[in-house]
Amino acid sequence: MPSTPPSVDDVLAALAEQFGDLPSSVFRGQTRVVVPESASHEVLSFLKERGFDLLVDISCVDYLDYRESPMEMAACAGHRYGLVYLLASTATNQRLTIRVFVDDPEPTVRSVVSLWKAANWLEREVWDLFGIRFAGHPDLRRLVMPEEFTAHPLRKDYPLQGRGERHNFPVITRHES
Amino acid sequence: MSIAPPRFESVEIPEAATRSEDYLWTLNFGPQHPATHTTLRLVLKLEGERVVDALPEMGYLHSGFEKIGEHLTYNQYVTVTDRMNYISPMANNVAWHHAVETLLGIELTPRCKVIRTIIAELARISDHLLCNGAVGLDTGAFTFFLYAFYQREVIYDIFETLCGARFTNSYTRVGGLSQDMTPLVIEKIRSFVKTFPKTIDDMERLLTRNRIFVDRTKGVGVLSTEEAISRGATGPVARASGVTRDLRRDEPYLAYADYDFQICCASAGDCYARYLVRMQEMRESLKIVAQALENIPEGPINVGIDQRTALPTKQQVYSTIEGTISHFELSMSNRGFEVPCEESYAAIEAPNGELGFYLAGDGNETAYRARCRPPSVLHYALFPHLIRGHTLSDVVAVLGSLNIIAAELDR
Amino acid sequence: MAVSDAGKLQLPENVVVSRLDSLANWCRKNSLWPMPFATACCGIELMATGASKHDLSRFGAEVFRFSPRQCDLMIVAGRVVMKMLPVLQRIWLQMHEPKWCISMGACASTGGVFDTYAVVQGIDRFIPVDMYVPGCPPRPEQLIQAIIDLQDKIQREGTITGREFETAGRQARKRALVEIAEPLSIDASRNPILQRELAADSASPAGRS
Repeated sequence: MPSTPPSVDDVLAALAEQFGDLPSSVFRGQTRVVVPESASHEVLSFLKERGFDLLVDISCVDYLDYRESPMEMAACAGHRYGLVYLLASTATNQRLTIRVFVDDPEPTVRSVVSLWKAANWLEREVWDLFGIRFAGHPDLRRLVMPEEFTAHPLRKDYPLQGRGERHNFPVITRHES
Repeated sequence: MSIAPPRFESVEIPEAATRSEDYLWTLNFGPQHPATHTTLRLVLKLEGERVVDALPEMGYLHSGFEKIGEHLTYNQYVTVTDRMNYISPMANNVAWHHAVETLLGIELTPRCKVIRTIIAELARISDHLLCNGAVGLDTGAFTFFLYAFYQREVIYDIFETLCGARFTNSYTRVGGLSQDMTPLVIEKIRSFVKTFPKTIDDMERLLTRNRIFVDRTKGVGVLSTEEAISRGATGPVARASGVTRDLRRDEPYLAYADYDFQICCASAGDCYARYLVRMQEMRESLKIVAQALENIPEGPINVGIDQRTALPTKQQVYSTIEGTISHFELSMSNRGFEVPCEESYAAIEAPNGELGFYLAGDGNETAYRARCRPPSVLHYALFPHLIRGHTLSDVVAVLGSLNIIAAELDR
Repeated sequence: MAVSDAGKLQLPENVVVSRLDSLANWCRKNSLWPMPFATACCGIELMATGASKHDLSRFGAEVFRFSPRQCDLMIVAGRVVMKMLPVLQRIWLQMHEPKWCISMGACASTGGVFDTYAVVQGIDRFIPVDMYVPGCPPRPEQLIQAIIDLQDKIQREGTITGREFETAGRQARKRALVEIAEPLSIDASRNPILQRELAADSASPAGRS
């Protein structure tokens, strides 16, 4: 296990002062804060101002058939998608995880490309694999799957072997080539 | 299905470029091209020989690693991580099980920590060797590449003696390792530590002050400190731009806190600086290996029976009741080990940058979600920013210095 | 040249008689130019095969060319995914006859551990393959063995007219042995090549020979 990261209590206090009470929890020394979708952009831009200058990752979890409510947080139970923003500060080495929950249909959050340029491709990947729209993204295209692909493969209702797309190509035989 | 035509509407083109738009021509680079090393695709907009804009495209090796992570157990998935950054599989093994052990809350034995540190640093050396060797190859220094590849074969040989596989190792296990390090391996690493500095001196003499190489890399692909942070660069790419961030020092994991080593940084931020940082990091890694090798603690490599993750030894299975029960439970498909219904993120300083896994456990032996945070994606996204205004021949130098591995990029 | 007493042909010194086929095969098999279609991990072992320790040039197949127009042996090293397969097919079609294909590694041959939505489960579903190399990744020695085996195959089966590649003719003869009451209904909607053939068939009432 890694050494315990620096405490983020000061940040949590500042967040509480600015945005009221946001549910948060700690697991293995990692602090997670749940932010409602409507306030996500404000909270993230506030955190960027407070020194979280490195956006480590944006990813998503599809809780379609999760056994229990995610992360002991009763407030988030019932939501389908949980976005994960991993933030870090290069100056103080603090780390903070921000969770934003969204739901079908049309799961949408506001893009953070204007805050961190790193978000550009990370958000495109989440759109590609989970189908979550990022409002205000400058170039929201598929990143890894072909343009003509229709499904979002990392959703839990998409099978591991796919729906036969991988077999859908012309066959070149020895005689023809 | 056909190759999708490039789309430029959404990409910012500098004002000077839009005026002479009519004279621009488009060059498709990849996905099968020797200088892309693997399967990258670039669509370049050229004005004469000058690159006005570049549109990188990826996904030509997307194989659903994250989806498959939801169907393999924590021990099985290590074979898939081998194939992620296949230049340094050992570093991926360590990163994956580091994340799993963080989720499970396992504290490793001291011997295991030191062995993992040694193999992670050897993996870093072999990665940097190939990366710098490829930069040399692309800028015309073939001999340099052969020097680098020869040393990689030596490291392959060490890994083969260690775990039986020369290339895709799958060496780590949850809470331990697949095999212990034998005296023969230690002897081989010791002789590597002795001989490698001479090779690296030779390599530096070949290239570091070589006029052609310096002219082709100095001032090419400059990345400023602010841009590096904003665009999420990590590892040698960020350190060459003056970001003093290295997880080995900032969040010491494994046994790094016990060793004396320097964080290598540069301020220029160009291809030459990235080359220098990698060369210097190899020397620092060698220092860590040398220190660790002489002080490997005695003791078991796997965590104890009470942790219920690693298989107990034969001795324990046959002579203690705890060992028998633990062995039985771990072997049963419906038992396995306990995983909390929780989520955690843990990262290591991989050769390429911060390589982390965000894991969601749901009580099963299989991850509910295994997200990999790959450094290559963010580095490849840097490319248009770095290449603007340089010439076509600089494309290979910049690509090589970013060390983009397609399997890690696309997963 | 002279005829001996026994009526047999006698050859002067330094003259060898052979069949034209086997002479052509002998030339072809010892000058294979590989086209490395390296996508993933196997590509690194392919590099190691060509590098100094294993030295593929001992077997006359070291001239790696990255342009398909210059090559006659495609080595597909690594998994091929949905986005890459059209590229692979295009490159295969760009290569000149005679040409061969080696599928290197478990992923290229069967999909390997990647039985997922994006990975093609074996390239032989979509392009012809002559030789499969097992392993994940195969060791360089295995690849060298595959190249030796391919050389054997070329020497044994090859013809100067390329008859061995005319699989359709062979299959047509085989099919003729089976009585078919009515033509098979073939779903050609996904297969442009088949569509082309069907169109050609219907254009010439005599059908293909």
